[in-house]
Amino acid sequence: MSKGVVDSASHPPHQGPPAVAAPYLRPTSIAAALQHLADGPRLIVAGCTDVLPAHVGKMVVEPVLDLTRIRDARGIREENDHWRIGALTTWADVAEATLPPAFHALQSAARQIGGVQIQNAGTLGGNLCNASPAADGVPALLILDAEVELCALTGTRRLALAEFILGNRQTALRADEILTAIRVPKSACGGRATFLKLGARAYQVISIVMVAARLEVAADGSVAAAAIAVGACSPVACRLPALEAALIGTPCAGDRLRAIVRPEHLHPLAPITDVRASADYRREAALTLVRRALSSFGTGAP
Amino acid sequence: MTASDDLTFTLNGRAVRVSVPPMRRLSQVLREDLDLKGTKVGCDAGDCGACTVLIDGHAVCACLTPAAQAQGRDVRTVEGLANGTLNRLQQAFLHYGAAQCGICTPGMLLAATALLERDPAPSEAAVQDALGGVLCRCTGYRKIIEAVLNAHRFPAEAQGKAATALVGARVPRVDGGGKVTGSEAFGDDLAPADALWLKLIRAPHASARFTIAPLAPLLARYPGIVRVLTAADVPGANEHGVIPAFRDQPVFAVEQVRFAGEAIAAIIGDETTVAGFDAADFPVRWEPLPPLADMDAATQAAAPLLHRDRPGNILTGGFVRRGDIEAAFANAAATVEGRFETSFVEHAYIEPEAGFAHRNGDTLELFVSTQTPHMDRDETARILALPPEKVRLVPTACGGGFGGKLDMAVQPYLAIAAWLLDRPVRCAYTRPESMASTTKRHPGRMHVRLAANNEGLLQAIDFAGDFDTGAYSSWGPTVATRVPIHCSGPYAVGSVLAQTRAILTNNAPSGAFRGFGTPQAAFATESLMDALADRLGIDRLEFRLKNALRAGDRTATGQLLTASVGMADCLVALQAPWQAARAAAQAHNAGNGITRRGVGVACMWYGCGNTALPNPSTMRVAVTADGRVVLYQGAVDIGQGSSTVLAQICAETLGLPLDVLTLVGADTSLTPDAGKTSASRQTFVSGRAIFAAATDLRRQILRLANAGERARLELTGTTLSFVDGADVRQVDLARLPADTNGVVLAAEATFDPPTSPLDADGQGVPYATYAFGAQMAEVLVDCELGTVQVLKVAAAHDVGRAVNPALVEGQIEGGIAQGIGMALMEEYIPGRNTNLHDYLIPTVGDVPPIETFLIEDPEPLGPYGAKGVGEPAMIATPAAILNAIRDATGVTITRVPATPDRVRAAIAAARARGAKASDVQG
Ligand SMILES: Cc1cc2nc3c(=O)[nH]c(=O)nc-3n(C[C@H](O)[C@H](O)[C@H](O)COP(=O)(O)OP(=O)(O)OC[C@H]3O[C@@H](n4cnc5c(N)ncnc54)[C@H](O)[C@@H]3O)c2cc1C
Ligand code: FES
Ligand code: FES
Repeated sequence: MSKGVVDSASHPPHQGPPAVAAPYLRPTSIAAALQHLADGPRLIVAGCTDVLPAHVGKMVVEPVLDLTRIRDARGIREENDHWRIGALTTWADVAEATLPPAFHALQSAARQIGGVQIQNAGTLGGNLCNASPAADGVPALLILDAEVELCALTGTRRLALAEFILGNRQTALRADEILTAIRVPKSACGGRATFLKLGARAYQVISIVMVAARLEVAADGSVAAAAIAVGACSPVACRLPALEAALIGTPCAGDRLRAIVRPEHLHPLAPITDVRASADYRREAALTLVRRALSSFGTGAP
Repeated sequence: MTASDDLTFTLNGRAVRVSVPPMRRLSQVLREDLDLKGTKVGCDAGDCGACTVLIDGHAVCACLTPAAQAQGRDVRTVEGLANGTLNRLQQAFLHYGAAQCGICTPGMLLAATALLERDPAPSEAAVQDALGGVLCRCTGYRKIIEAVLNAHRFPAEAQGKAATALVGARVPRVDGGGKVTGSEAFGDDLAPADALWLKLIRAPHASARFTIAPLAPLLARYPGIVRVLTAADVPGANEHGVIPAFRDQPVFAVEQVRFAGEAIAAIIGDETTVAGFDAADFPVRWEPLPPLADMDAATQAAAPLLHRDRPGNILTGGFVRRGDIEAAFANAAATVEGRFETSFVEHAYIEPEAGFAHRNGDTLELFVSTQTPHMDRDETARILALPPEKVRLVPTACGGGFGGKLDMAVQPYLAIAAWLLDRPVRCAYTRPESMASTTKRHPGRMHVRLAANNEGLLQAIDFAGDFDTGAYSSWGPTVATRVPIHCSGPYAVGSVLAQTRAILTNNAPSGAFRGFGTPQAAFATESLMDALADRLGIDRLEFRLKNALRAGDRTATGQLLTASVGMADCLVALQAPWQAARAAAQAHNAGNGITRRGVGVACMWYGCGNTALPNPSTMRVAVTADGRVVLYQGAVDIGQGSSTVLAQICAETLGLPLDVLTLVGADTSLTPDAGKTSASRQTFVSGRAIFAAATDLRRQILRLANAGERARLELTGTTLSFVDGADVRQVDLARLPADTNGVVLAAEATFDPPTSPLDADGQGVPYATYAFGAQMAEVLVDCELGTVQVLKVAAAHDVGRAVNPALVEGQIEGGIAQGIGMALMEEYIPGRNTNLHDYLIPTVGDVPPIETFLIEDPEPLGPYGAKGVGEPAMIATPAAILNAIRDATGVTITRVPATPDRVRAAIAAARARGAKASDVQG
């Protein structure tokens, strides 16, 4: 560390007491929420399972917009050509819902997030907007070609999930926008899916690596479509397109699928070393988990 | 002021209305605004689950629930579980000993309630899923699981029952009722409503010089701050330490900080101001210096000195020499050698340091969570420049200690603030500040050699260990002396050379943590015991049995062991499980899959009490004119159960049932000094003191009626009956002369275990008795991912006499859980994982079934033969697990924790080298 002088009192202490807690709003409709946002920037909160842990020993001082009373934004609905998951849907809601097998990776992720306390409060919208590289929801939704619906008073836009999360804790969300829903096109709802999470203990653990995989099988028993995503090995979880392409046409038997996987297929990953594991370990474990996820198809397991 | 909103919700069936800031944590609203302290706070971050409440029947963390989100909903807390009685689950918790310190208990009960309301007789897997979000640091979870599984067998409601059974019985804890109803008051539960809040300003740098600018602008800007304290405000010595000769830690740092997290000042004011205070607003100028981050940096020739009087940054050392080590190695038939490394380990008690203080006339009264009331009192008095009797220290219930609450934390700050302001002042550390500023287990770096002859008998051990003792001495000297005495393990070894150094670095002080360095040493020595057994071609368990210390042997310090040496019995108890586990592992591994099973065994021994130092405990018991038998005992029960054990010994000795006893808990103004709750000494030392006091009192009681030794006593109201066959005599206590406190008879006794100082070669009698144990772990290693699952642990411990087998098992299971943590996941990295999100301790899913064998080789000095088990429970666990990993994979992991990446790297390296796996050092 270089020797230097740091003056920690960054602002001169003469502007009067600072900590005036902000007005807090808890509207019951998206429209009202958007109006509030249009009036000025606010800290959006949902389950607060990311927001409040970031405030240990501190108070929330910014103006708050609490979305948890907006009933419309919670729950999972089947619509014409897609499934719609309200942003306020909790992990417990996801775990308990009856959904097609393609959602089993998402449901398995839901059951492995935090403990039940976190699953009962934490929302999918919060998981995506918080944009942690270790967010378990991201790979599970990437394999469903999920899109996010972003609403502002000026209009609604839809973005592919991969275009929404831009980096470690960075998203394309504008200050006047709310993430209202996650849309899963029915075109991506075929086949079965699995989710493998690797952590250093049994419960309440942030992933070292996680893998979500979805395969659709053609009438002849070969892979018709594949979607595979890896999390916690890059700033944003990502799909493995080269591997997905290589799998097409392979007979859907565990060992055949597994044999396709090559280290080069993991090229999109850029793991780092942190308190949870080394970069080299992450890269190798990702390869192992991808192989295991694929092995589990064809055994009827997922 | 913070804007408040009116909030209404149903709380435990009743409508409540409060006016609070909408983003205030529901846990705070319950605790501070509604005065329901049963909901506990361990982290404010969702990680510990102690704050679990039910909202509309669903378990959530109250610390992550903004108050406004409770609006209109149905909130249930521990206080609502039963009304003056105990519900099924609470009874089950008491019955199975599922609450030790009790700080996690409300959260556990609520999380379990959410499950049981859906499924009254759940599967074990469902119980684990339901409890996965609540951490317990004491119990090892097994008894909690058992309680939840069996809750449906208990009656819907029952009153708590006082126990009557005595020594040897599975008596429910005498202090258990308050733990399962949430009424037990911990460190942060007692402050009066008008208390001021105190927050410490801490160093963000591991090493830095600093200057505090004039405070007037700060005070002008924050009218809610009533006082700022710095070193200049300390009335007496700005210095404290647990060992007087090594006192070196300032209360407030002066000009220079030596670790990140060190306190430089405190602000005191109203809750809103203090809670909202951003430390960055404190006017201090930092001049960071390059820190000595580890032992390598600290021992370099050019390294600056942390303390001027500690040349080479060596705090102190330890030394034991016996026999001729060089000759022994020269003549050995087999030798092995290895280097081992361990990490900082955090105590991670679920209750952060907390308390409050106020001034009562010319006395300062301090209510804090501590393991050592009299030492705290004396140190605090020195800091206040008061005589010790002008400080009264009343320990609150302690939500876990494990050695970490043997050093002062909030004590001096609260004391100075309350003394100077003459107002009650409270403080509770946040989890990050608790982790950054309080003591850790010493990281060890050890180089060990062992030698054996061709009959498979150990001949010599050569042990050199360096321990990172952090920035201040704390218990570093104790670790430095305990390790050389114990590092040869519970084996008869003719020649021993053991040297340790405690090295000062710019890290948080390393202090006391279950075992004082011996788990680190056991990890190293026991790993080499396996290597040596293999080299000699002897079964690993049989090799240990062959070399086990027995009565008649001499220890490394030359002490002749005469009795209560149950080491061999412990190993014999494990022989059958060992054979079965080995066969099961072999069968699994024949499949040659990706997972491999392994079995490891390790032994431990541990001297109970202070090392070669006086170590007395004084206990007092009295009979009052109103018909009570009062036990004044100053031993702090930190969850391990000493209050219950001491009461059992007292009742047994008096010949009266347990439920006639009134317990007066530790309070430096009421109870004599029982010494600290550490070194596994309370059952042995205080137990023996209460045995002596009760023996004396019984003699006095019998004299009242001239009754014979064999007379059976009965106490009904104030009538004491003496029954001896047909001869029944009666005495009315109310008619006896009483002193001003109503006491008619009293006895006090002191026990100080006989030890002798060690000479220059570390020879002597450091302890009056030793605990022995052997543990066996079965693991499943995923060789591709490097993950290790502990499948089962079998533990055999010689406890002399199990005064309360349920409590002993509780200590063993809890110790094993901590051992699993140290072996597989716990590594505190200063500045990087100061929270329970990134610093991982075992959850309910990480502790496997545990089979306990209680060996009772009575200790003649102990009460009813008993000795200690608190620390012994965890010492062998990491070693057994690491040996099991080696058995499974052929790879020796030489650094703990054996995290998945380290295990995988070691396996991969071994394979890459294509070496014969069993010779590989990972
Ligand atoms: C103990 C613990 C364990 C955890 N374990 C896991 C785990 O295993 N895996 C995992 O992935 N995560 C885990 N988390 C993180 C967290 O629980 C999840 O990310 C959760 O889904 C966050 O949802 P929330 O509703 O609580 O978000 P909040 O904390 O309310 O918000 C998070 C962020 O998203 C923004 N936001 C929320 N909703 C919206 C919206 N609709 N529109 C715009 N912005 C919005 C907020 O402004 C904030 O920046 C854990 C957290 C804790 C405390
Ligand atoms: S205090 Fe809420 S989870 Fe720890
Ligand atoms: S009893 Fe669970 S933390 Fe102490």
